[in-house]
Order: sequence, then structure tokens, then C-alpha cells
Amino acid sequence: MAILLNEEQQAILAGSKGETMAKVMRTMIQYGEIFGAERMVPVTSKYNHLVTSFGLKAMTAVYELMDKIIAAGVASEQKFTVDPRPLDKNVPATLLQKAIFNLAMYTKQDEYEAQLKKLGLLDDKSFTCTCYMDEVGNKPAYGEVLSWAESSAVVYANSVLGARCNRNSGIIDIMGSIVGYVPEFGLLTDEGRRAKWVVRINTEKKPEAQLLGSAIGMKVMEDVPYVIGLDKWIGNELDDAACTYLKDFGAATASNGAVGLYHIDGLTPEAREFGESLILEGAQEYVIDDAELERVKASYPVIWKNKNAKPKLCFMGCPHMSLEQLKSWTVKVEEGLKAAGNKKVVIPTVFTASPSVLEAFEATEFAARLKATGVITSYICPLMYMNNPLCKSMPVITSSNKLRTYTSARYYTDDEILVEITKGGKNR
Amino acid sequence: MKQFKGRVIAAGEVTAPALVSHGGLNTLASFQKALQFGDKKATCGDQNNPDLYGKQMVGTALCLPQTIGSTTGGMVLYCACAMKRQPACMLFSKPIDSLAAAGAVLADVWVDDVTMPVIDSLGEEFLDYVKDGMRITVDLDGTVTVEE
Repeated sequence: MAILLNEEQQAILAGSKGETMAKVMRTMIQYGEIFGAERMVPVTSKYNHLVTSFGLKAMTAVYELMDKIIAAGVASEQKFTVDPRPLDKNVPATLLQKAIFNLAMYTKQDEYEAQLKKLGLLDDKSFTCTCYMDEVGNKPAYGEVLSWAESSAVVYANSVLGARCNRNSGIIDIMGSIVGYVPEFGLLTDEGRRAKWVVRINTEKKPEAQLLGSAIGMKVMEDVPYVIGLDKWIGNELDDAACTYLKDFGAATASNGAVGLYHIDGLTPEAREFGESLILEGAQEYVIDDAELERVKASYPVIWKNKNAKPKLCFMGCPHMSLEQLKSWTVKVEEGLKAAGNKKVVIPTVFTASPSVLEAFEATEFAARLKATGVITSYICPLMYMNNPLCKSMPVITSSNKLRTYTSARYYTDDEILVEITKGGKNR
Repeated sequence: MKQFKGRVIAAGEVTAPALVSHGGLNTLASFQKALQFGDKKATCGDQNNPDLYGKQMVGTALCLPQTIGSTTGGMVLYCACAMKRQPACMLFSKPIDSLAAAGAVLADVWVDDVTMPVIDSLGEEFLDYVKDGMRITVDLDGTVTVEE
């Protein structure tokens, strides 16, 4: 089906704004036609967000494409934030690992960051996957249409904020922003936001966010789930703690499956507004109890060469941690160390957060307390770190199900991670 | 010989040996190493995909259900095409996902001298039938002929 274009869109496609802009429009139209879009709708958010933050040598073709766009002078009118930087000298790495990072992998980083500035990067602190945090300021409003691609940000914006965005690919994100229109299909439509699954939470304790998200993602894949019974554990207000929970839950649904939107009964905006009328007739049902979560956890493969190896690094913060998380984890680590009779963490441990959240954290009393425990804070992208072939062979632990899915990092629950880093695992 | 009819995402004619992934293709994990380290045959680097791991993807008729993984996926596919390390064609048993679709469109619009036919919705029977090394012919109308 061909997309009906308005006069302005037709003119752009015909070259009124130059050949490059016409190709950008053609890209977005062809993309929409595959999914049966009938029209192009304006991108209405104040800012855009890009998934590509890394100057990876393998992606040279992308940077050449960005050069074409810059040369044609068709940069977006929207400023944007972008995913986290791949490198931070504060994060432990061997000389050989550093050599691979700097001489073989991210050789285009400086060049690409210069391109980002020309294309409309908001500022130097805008490198994070959690752009929607208050401290960062790229927080779309209910109903706004986005052209984002970062999967954890897309699912958060759709579900927790009620914005509208499809699970786009990198490059599509910037092209939608440049041309100012995205094709209307999928999660941009009322029908596409209705649930094909009902998920009932029947656990006896608060389910681990990352584990619950993983279980749901693997079950429903790209469909929309309507989750009943979770408000019992995380409340009916979207306060800092609930938003942090949903950030981690959503990232796991998006990476362990391909979820772009979920509704939490009694909590998320559309579920509060429309309730169970969001559930499609004939929706499938998935009941989750504690045993089911244990089954899912036990199904994760451990791809370390030596499954009993002592962890050499712990990453927390994929997606980046919130201010609330940094504070609560400071207290947890202090209490864990005290109980174990240790003064410093026993595994090199990195907590990652956006530069703006880290800046806000530094202004609190918790920053010095966390530093005293030996935990390192960083703005790095743990995924980009783990892409180094030498890091892949390292025993790294995490409570991020996204990091587990895309790398060799081993998953532990938050409680298990706390024991590992403050006391050391004895029964590994 | 058996024929299957799918939807044309990117048109083209090609004949190539089949390479079959029964699980979703993680585009980033599959191509990154090859693109990074100059492997012109694009050896699949995804250790979690036993069907493809260690096999060369360039020049094959890549048969798969959908792509999975990072939303950089479409961009990675575009890079593979721009660097001429793409499969001869991509044949999806399911409706194409948004990441693979983006890659197919980006390659079609922005890479001048590369053609990679993409067909989707070929059905589960297609993926059940086709095996590595079978001879695949793709026609302009989305007909896929599989010969043993």
C-alpha cells in the first residue's frame, strides 16, 4: 500500500529541499510502506535521541553517510541526546584491552563526536541511554511522537511516559528527525498499542525487575503485554522507585524479547486511563510465579570458559542507573561490607549512570560514601566495553539482563550481586 | 524442487546456496567481528547461534525467521552492504521485523552498486524444508525456488 503524502511531503520527495533530503524522505516512506503505514506523521517531541554513540571502525559506512548529510546541510532542527560513550579511563582495563579499544575498535570516536556536534548534539553531557531522567532533560510528554531507536529508551518512553515510538533501527532515528516525519504504524497507532498478552503476577515476593522483564520478553517477544498484579509490589504511583524498577524491567523485556510497549495495570498512564479495555479479544495469558522466575533464571547459559572462575569485574547500570539507585545501592554496599567485615568491595565494581545523574550524585553526601567502598562510577556503556574480544573472555558479573543477553557477562540477582561484591561468592 | 511465494521487500534476481538459521539472526553479533577485522567472507561471529556460528555469510541465500538483538541491527546490515559483505539475499519465513526492514531500505536507497533481494512471509514450511547448501533461486515477483 502506498503512503498518502501531503503537499509538503510530496515536495520534499520531489527534491524541494535538495537531493539528500529527498532520499531521507524516500527512506522513511519505504520503511513505512513495509508495515502498511498510510501516512507520515510529524515528530513532535522537543528533542530526539540517537542509539549510535560509538566511533567503531566497523561502522565506517555510517560515518560516511553522516558526512553526506552534513555536507548537504540537512541536519535536524531537533537537538538530540545519544547513547553512552564506549570508553572511560576510570573503568579498569588491561594495557592490551586498552590497545584494542583505542587502536582497533573505537578509532573513529573523536571523528564521530565531531559529526554529532554538527548534527545537533545537545551538549557534552548528553551521552546516556537514560535520556528521560529528570537530570538529563530529554523526557517526552504523553502522546508525543518520537523518532528514537535505543530499545530501552523506546520501551520506557512508550510505557512509562505514554509517548509514541516504534522500535526503530539506528540511522532511521536520525532520518525521521531530519525530515520531521515518521510513518504511522505499529506503536504509533491506538490499535498497535493494545495488548495481545495478559501477564498475571502471582509471586509471593517482589519479583526482580530484570528477571521478570526477561521472562515476559522471552514469552511475548514483540507483542504488547498487559501486566496484572505488579502494582501490589511497586505501588500505584510513578515515583522514583517505581520508575527505576520499570526502567530495568522494560530494558529486559526489550532485550530478552523485542517488547516496545507494556502496560502495568493501575500504574502506567494508558493502563490507568483505559484499564483492561486495552486487552485485545483472544489475548493469550501467561502466569508468573516464583517457580517460573527460577526456571527462567536457570535457563540462562553461562558462557564463561571456566564456569567457576572468580569474577574480575562487576557492572551495574545497563541501562544507566538513576539517582535513586545510586543512593540506595550506596547504603546496600555499606551494609553488605559491614556484615562481611570488609572495608572495600572484593571485586572491581563499576556503577554506570549518565553524566548529569553522576553530577547530581556528586553533590550528595552519598558520593563520598560510595567512593569509600571502592565502587567506581562511570558514564561508560558496559555493552561497548564488553564488545572488546579480550573483555568477552573475562568473567564479568552483572544484574543487567540486557548486558547478559548481548555479552558474556553472567547474570545474578541484585541480592546475589551484593554478596559477590561485598563478601565474595563461596558456593560458586 | 519446491517453490515458495513471499512478499518482495527489496526486488532482485539471484541464485545462491542456502545458509539456514532456525533461530533469529542477531545482526550485530553476527556481523560485527567480520566488519571490524576485515573478514571479506563475513564469518558469523554469534556464539549463541549454533546454526551460523563460524560459517561464511557473504554470497549465501540467508534463510531465517527474523532478526533479533540490538536496534543497531539495521545500521549493521547497511554497513555490511556498503562494505560488500552482505548475503546474496535474505529470505524471511515470518513478516520482516523493523530492524531488518530498516537495513534493507537503507541499503536500497543509499548504497548505489549493491543489490540484495529481500523476501519475507515465506512461511514456516520454507524454513522446515530448506537446508544448508541447497540451491536457491529468487525471482523478481518473490518466488523462491529451492533445489536439493
